[in-house]
Amino acid sequence: MASRIIRRVAGSGARCILASPAKSPSSSLPAPGRDFSSQTPITATLFPGDEIGPEIAESVKQVFKAAEIPIKWEEHYIGTEIDPRTQSCLTWESLESVRCNRVGLKGPMATPIGKGHRSLNLTMRKELNLYANVRPCYSLPGYKTRYDNVNLVTIRENTEGEYSGLEHQVVRGVVESLKIITRSASLRVAEYAFHYAKANGRERVSAIHKANIMQKTDGLFLECCREVAEKYPEIKYEEVIIDNCCMMLVKNPTLFDVLVMPNLYGDIISDLCAGLIRGLGLTPSCNIGEGGIALAEAVHGSAPDIAGKNMANPTALLLSSVMMLRHLNLNEKANQIQNAIIGTIADGKYRTADLGGSSSTTEFTNAICDNL
Amino acid sequence: MARRSVARSLLNNLLSMKLEPCSRLTASRSVTYMPRPGDGAPRPVTLIPGDGIGPLVTEAVEQVMTAMHAPVYFEKYDIHGDMKQVPQEVIDSIRKNKVCLKGGLKTPVGGGVSSLNVQLRKELDLYASLVHCSNLPGLPTRHDNVDIVVIRENTEGEYSGLEHEVVPGVVESLKVITKFCSERVAQYAFEYAYLNNRKKVTAVHKANIMKLADGLFLESCREVAMRYPGIKYNEIIVDNCCMQLVSKPEQFDVMVTPNLYGNLVANTAAGIAGGTGFMPGGNVGAGHAIFEQGASAGNVGNEKLLDQKKANPVALLFSSAMMLRHLQFPSFADRLETAVKRVISEGKYRTKDLGGQNTTQEVVDAIIAALD
Repeated sequence: MASRIIRRVAGSGARCILASPAKSPSSSLPAPGRDFSSQTPITATLFPGDEIGPEIAESVKQVFKAAEIPIKWEEHYIGTEIDPRTQSCLTWESLESVRCNRVGLKGPMATPIGKGHRSLNLTMRKELNLYANVRPCYSLPGYKTRYDNVNLVTIRENTEGEYSGLEHQVVRGVVESLKIITRSASLRVAEYAFHYAKANGRERVSAIHKANIMQKTDGLFLECCREVAEKYPEIKYEEVIIDNCCMMLVKNPTLFDVLVMPNLYGDIISDLCAGLIRGLGLTPSCNIGEGGIALAEAVHGSAPDIAGKNMANPTALLLSSVMMLRHLNLNEKANQIQNAIIGTIADGKYRTADLGGSSSTTEFTNAICDNL
Repeated sequence: MARRSVARSLLNNLLSMKLEPCSRLTASRSVTYMPRPGDGAPRPVTLIPGDGIGPLVTEAVEQVMTAMHAPVYFEKYDIHGDMKQVPQEVIDSIRKNKVCLKGGLKTPVGGGVSSLNVQLRKELDLYASLVHCSNLPGLPTRHDNVDIVVIRENTEGEYSGLEHEVVPGVVESLKVITKFCSERVAQYAFEYAYLNNRKKVTAVHKANIMKLADGLFLESCREVAMRYPGIKYNEIIVDNCCMQLVSKPEQFDVMVTPNLYGNLVANTAAGIAGGTGFMPGGNVGAGHAIFEQGASAGNVGNEKLLDQKKANPVALLFSSAMMLRHLQFPSFADRLETAVKRVISEGKYRTKDLGGQNTTQEVVDAIIAALD
């Protein structure tokens, strides 16, 4: 049984190495029905990251062990030299490991500043073809912020749009930057958005755009969303102009459910939503790639000022790992861990410094393990 | 003994007396404004009622102006958002009068008609758009100490309208940034800060991704900042900016942004300060100025609001006060603003966006009654 699964995983890994980059949208849905029995461990790649990364990665490993989750971690670290095969400090082996394992968890990475190599996030995004960034934002009960009852998910197209990086200087003092929207990428992310909404019991998907001004580009994005919406008649679909969306989000965020948008708007709106629930330290995130790859990550920085002091808040990385579990259809375990985290924060007895408490990382992690 | 106790009780009275601003001062500030002979002659102002709630709120302004006997008279032109382009007579009128007051013009989504709002701005070269978002007493908000002015480049950037389909399914949109336009809007922002006693100007950008385009914008801002050493200058990335706006808005003073980010930031700031129904704004160029509701969130009000005539006229009334100052009638502007603020703080007449049930006309009547 185990050997058959290993062969299947290895086979799909080999397939993905030889696969062409331009895939049809239908093959991009995450593999449904991955039904692993609780005995066979799933291998997942873990990038602990820098500074506070290793500490919070330890927390995740501890919680997973306490919850008896069948995951075997394969740890990879960022090299100090540039790997010529990837043109960055991320080695080819690390990327291959994610491609083969299909799931990964990434801690915060400090991008070294310098020329001659690509940024780490850009490398991962391009090499693994991560096309959708999913960020659920929900108010944590017991942790009071200005906004209550926030419960929305932002899904952002991650590969094209305004972030194509295609700029040039026409003449001195005049710069052009290209925003590119393609049918295939828009269909892909719209498909994922509706699939996610259906799989997670969400009722409504809102497409965010500025098609009254950018008629052809955002118009194409909207067209693709509408096409996909017709295939999911049970999910309500609406379109909201971006400035109206910003205004409604700060006045009444409960109006939104799932938001799907192109790259730039997604960047801004997902950070705005993180601000509503008081910061990136609590926000989970997951990047979905072609062929069902899921790379969950903590979007906060590496916080060098509290590195090594056992003060870091592992919530973001833990909630991201929960997203990873849901992607693997291990929903019971995911709920178990999520409830433990929410319960610990709601109790208020053990909270890390950024939430206004005084517990250390290990105390907080132990409290979560106890609450499982 | 008795004298000491009398003295002490007098002293106690003095110390416990709350220092309230003299109500006469806030009600009618004595303006030392020495006009030139002939300044009192009525000035013509082009008036464009527009679509949706536009006619309702511009009528409100007309009523209040008549009640105040303000030295302005309106030349009304009826244009609608679905027209192909702005009629030449309207442009000529604005060129002659130099000042215009406008309700919203609805921009149809994706239809292939370019926005009339954008056309007006480009035709008259109104290169800076200004929105003033601040807390008003009597207006319930989640954030305090909000007093932000967003100055947005109005003619280029993402709104160039230069789009084309490369091949079927792939669309490109050009974002154009020029030194000329960036410099003049930065100059306007610093000049505004200088003339209005503002302490800090923040440039909003995404130059870590769009290095050349937003990099050029930042360069221009930095050059202008050096000419105003008394005003603090800093830069913030747009996604971080939105996150800071919803958590710590008091750190922002004047913000200068390219076209698209300005739209988002202005609507977000309007939302946190109490809603787009209250924030004044305008578009200004070298020779002309058009005043309108500051941040309209891309819509002109819905049908129900129109039918029930419950639109909020406050934003346009504040904009018309800005217009009166622009025309150098400060005393009328002050009287108008004081009356509106009094009605809002009393809270007896509230339109739908404040949770009340009063119609526009009732609010206007209350404001006219509050005029002194």
